[in-house]
Amino acid sequence: MAEKLTQKQNFLKGIIKDNPVFVMLLGMCPTLGVTSSAFNGLGMGIATLFVLLMSNMVVSLIKSQIPSKVRIPAFIIIIASFVTIVEMVLEAYIPFLFEQLGIFIPLIVVNCLILGRAEAFASKNNLMSSIIDALGMGIGFTIALTALGAVREILGSGSIFDWRFVLEDANTMLLFILPPGAFIALAYLSVVFNKISKTN
Amino acid sequence: MEYILILIAAVFVNNIVLSQFLGICPFLGVSNKVSTSIGMSGAVLFVMTIATSVTYLLHEYILVPTGLNYLRTITFILVIAALVQMVEIILKKVSPPLYQALGVFLPLITTNCAVLGVAILALGLENSTLVKAVFFAISNSIGFALALIVFASIREQLELADIPEGMKGVPINLLVAGLLSLAFLGFTALV
Repeated sequence: MAEKLTQKQNFLKGIIKDNPVFVMLLGMCPTLGVTSSAFNGLGMGIATLFVLLMSNMVVSLIKSQIPSKVRIPAFIIIIASFVTIVEMVLEAYIPFLFEQLGIFIPLIVVNCLILGRAEAFASKNNLMSSIIDALGMGIGFTIALTALGAVREILGSGSIFDWRFVLEDANTMLLFILPPGAFIALAYLSVVFNKISKTN
Repeated sequence: MEYILILIAAVFVNNIVLSQFLGICPFLGVSNKVSTSIGMSGAVLFVMTIATSVTYLLHEYILVPTGLNYLRTITFILVIAALVQMVEIILKKVSPPLYQALGVFLPLITTNCAVLGVAILALGLENSTLVKAVFFAISNSIGFALALIVFASIREQLELADIPEGMKGVPINLLVAGLLSLAFLGFTALV
């Protein structure tokens, strides 16, 4: 099936048709957990994109060496190594983001999106397609997280990327910064996304 | 008293699913029937308790003394994956009825972030001891079970409801989860 897709379709499928968040419902924990602001969503998206890209590359390069019985543990070790790299780099260079994302950084390991792509795509396709697949999926994930973070930040704290556009003492809809707001905002965003992707 | 506070905090105030967003995948995935959600909760209780006690000991007596703290993520996920496999094999041999009930859910648990999340969070408890960490894991899995079973019962009722076309499927489930989370927000000042 994969052979029939052109590289462009392969890239675009992750962004629209098979969007990991809105369509496939993968990686919901970080999606809901860290998106209280657009910046956090973007940071998480890029961290996930990096791990996804590296793990897809490595898996597709060594797929013939891995015995199929132990492939899942092998994939998990590959993913966990890259997550550890991300964890250390963020702690050293962007401590602010490291604090904000907290426990969700080590939890990138169990993001079903990454293991799912390694198992369903990278272990069956060549290096180039795997890289493009990872880029498409990762960018789709980043867009979804940034959009959700932006909606929650605009409604909840009246700002976007920390730039505040309402008065200091204005009342904002605090609900959207709190946990319930994550579910509610994502519910309506996916209604909108479904509508847009159906009309196209 | 301290233990009661941990229990109430984990079940109601900082509910692992509805306010910390761990374990959302099974929460949305296996919650269409009350019976399956009870099975999943049982499996999570089982694995989370064992996993947290093993990872806690491993962290305390191997990783910290040898200064290999940065290997935490890798070792924990490996231990959890191996443990899930082991539990599956042992249950199959020792208690076939229990295996029948939990079997399908066990492989799913490896990528359940609630298990890894609780194992990591348990390290951050104040003056943590092994007993406290294990109790923390049990409390959190009770919180997971509560959220999952309540959500599944609401979803069973939803099948009879007349839902607008665009809201069908995922959006309505997320909305229900949002309202449930709003209800749990009412417990905030409890502890």
